[in-house]
Amino acid sequence: MEKRVFDGSINYIQIMDENGNVDENLRPKELTDGIILQMYKYMSLTRALDAKMLSLQRQGRAATYGPSLGEEAAQVGSAMAMGPKDFFVPNFRQHGTYITRGMPLDALILYWKGYEEGIMPARKINAIPYIVPVSTQLLHAVGLAYSQLYQNTGASVITFVGDGGTSEGNFYESMNFAGILKAPVAIIIENNQWAISEPRSRQTVAPTLAQKAIAAGIPGVQVDGNDVLAVYKVVRDALTNAKNGPTLIECITYRMSMHTTADDPTKYRPDADVEKWKPRDPILRVGNYLRKKALWDDSKQSAMEEEHRQTIDAAVEKAEQFKKDPKSMFENIYATMPAMLKEEEDAAVSAQFWMQKNDGE
Amino acid sequence: MMANMVTAINNALDLILQEDDKAIILGEDVGKDGGVFRVTDGLFDKYGDRRVMDTPLSESGIIGTSIGMALGGMHPIPEVQFAGFMYLAFDQLVNHANRYRSRTRGTWNVPMVVRTPISGGVRTLEHHSESPEALYSHAGGLTVVIPSNPYDAKGLLIAASHMNDTVLFLEPTKLYRLFKQDVPEGIYEVPIGKAGIVSEGEDLSIITYGTMVPVVKNAVSKRKVSADIIDVRTINPIDEKTILDSAKKTGKVIIVHEAPLSFGVGAEISARIAEKAMFELDSPIIRVGSPSLPYPFPQYEDYYVPNEGKVIAAIDKILSE
Ligand SMILES: Cc1ncc(C[n+]2csc(CCOP(=O)(O)OP(=O)(O)O)c2C)c(N)n1
Ligand SMILES: [Mg+2]
Repeated sequence: MEKRVFDGSINYIQIMDENGNVDENLRPKELTDGIILQMYKYMSLTRALDAKMLSLQRQGRAATYGPSLGEEAAQVGSAMAMGPKDFFVPNFRQHGTYITRGMPLDALILYWKGYEEGIMPARKINAIPYIVPVSTQLLHAVGLAYSQLYQNTGASVITFVGDGGTSEGNFYESMNFAGILKAPVAIIIENNQWAISEPRSRQTVAPTLAQKAIAAGIPGVQVDGNDVLAVYKVVRDALTNAKNGPTLIECITYRMSMHTTADDPTKYRPDADVEKWKPRDPILRVGNYLRKKALWDDSKQSAMEEEHRQTIDAAVEKAEQFKKDPKSMFENIYATMPAMLKEEEDAAVSAQFWMQKNDGE
Repeated sequence: MMANMVTAINNALDLILQEDDKAIILGEDVGKDGGVFRVTDGLFDKYGDRRVMDTPLSESGIIGTSIGMALGGMHPIPEVQFAGFMYLAFDQLVNHANRYRSRTRGTWNVPMVVRTPISGGVRTLEHHSESPEALYSHAGGLTVVIPSNPYDAKGLLIAASHMNDTVLFLEPTKLYRLFKQDVPEGIYEVPIGKAGIVSEGEDLSIITYGTMVPVVKNAVSKRKVSADIIDVRTINPIDEKTILDSAKKTGKVIIVHEAPLSFGVGAEISARIAEKAMFELDSPIIRVGSPSLPYPFPQYEDYYVPNEGKVIAAIDKILSE
């Protein structure tokens, strides 16, 4: 005997196309033009901060930085879909998510200047720090989500991973655990088509990443990740459904810039590939929509840009006034400082860290 | 040829691929990109994607499949992009790569060379600056090598590729482009398991390796002391004889490494000296390492990694005793 025991398929959702035309049937009712305008501003602010971070890095005023250029809709749309009590668990590229959730810009800048202190306000916005080891954060998100279920808080969790990150064991383990625990979590794949120099096709022969959900037995959906409305909708739906368990969401987007400031994409990626994605820009299409609705024009655009410039400059100035405290490195390793470590700290402090002229800054 | 460490390792890999058609390179971004530090640059163009393979983003996958390839008669040279991400393959290394030989009483073995960048000082993000040599040495069954200059890097890597076991080849990123050296064009070996003598002296012995070799050299020349400087080079198995001979000669020992002080390689060296040469010392051993805490963010790394001042303070202390 032979019979089919399983069928699976994956849907793709787009609400606003590349020209800013909206499929009103799919548009969530609560997504008013006012909210779309807000999304536009968050995406623009994210992009402006990105540009600033790149220039600070180039001037030696910031550490290695991974831009989110082109991926703003996936981040801002997801963040906008969260409820006030919800948590987010980022990878290293979630600048737009932090910004939308209210992370102070000076704190983000401080972090990317190379200070752990910069991430301290994250706790206040229910976020954990940026996580660099690819995919490892996903299990934290599942556990954090389960803790909300266990304590009946009603809060859910969103978490992010790249297309490359879906190759790690942790990715599969997180979906599987989430399924078994019925964890209220949305696992969002920000598929920007590249993992440093490796194209998406090098990660898996599966035609979609969303279908990875099928093996874990959880819902999976693919969305135009450059369409902030569609991202909002799928994340919102996932969170509404979170009491029934997790969802896997694949946002189709594109890394318009370098992997990080340490990367040179001309080594492996033809410029023509990048050009193809320019008309699909996530900010451009919302701008077109708002202009068609007469909600936006050139003067509003330049006023917004000026406002963002001032906000960012003030944040940079504040971050650059930060006074470093090398002693602080020792202070939060354990809940109580062990004698063994205290001795090392005292020796370092009394020797002024053995710094000579010209060491450090 | 004059070569920095990147060029020297690249050249060694090229010669290994030429000499041994079972040898392949695999890892994240090792192909077209030539590795994030360009260590495999040009090899993809020269040998093609069968010999220089971009893998999916999975460290456990890279090391686990490399083990299988090695069991099957190939000679993989996997790259893990940073040592800070090799923990995802820790199980494969310390439960499998190191044990096939003993579990099968020598009937199966895992000839592979795992390359990964280690150590800090180059202003990277988190998890890009760790010095985890003690963890792997402690596991048993893994040969652990750390070069400190281009000549040694090439010779040690070639020697590693001629071994029939798993060798972890840990490359200090800070030294990748720090200086150039005259490096022979052809195949040569620097012996694994044998320490290098950087300088010979009478007053004290400084035992070090990796990023700390140039720091120690500078400290010694600033203090104008006569010191044995020993570059351990192979962490496991350690060259005890060279270390003990020097300790007995000078009677004063400082051990300097970048890895955190506690439970590290310095403790191992110190214990061996204490066990076998204690009565020939005329002052207590001093260890210099980073504080016993995780590697900090870039703004604090200069306060964390041992610097010349810290080595000089140790020299002054031991000579005053
Ligand atoms: C476990 C692990 N391995 C390797 C790296 C080095 N690394 C940083 S980002 C990256 C590529 C990630 O690609 P993807 O998951 O698609 O995310 P993207 O960078 O495109 O946002 C790699 C290999 C890492 N940070 N963590
Ligand atoms: Mg990607």
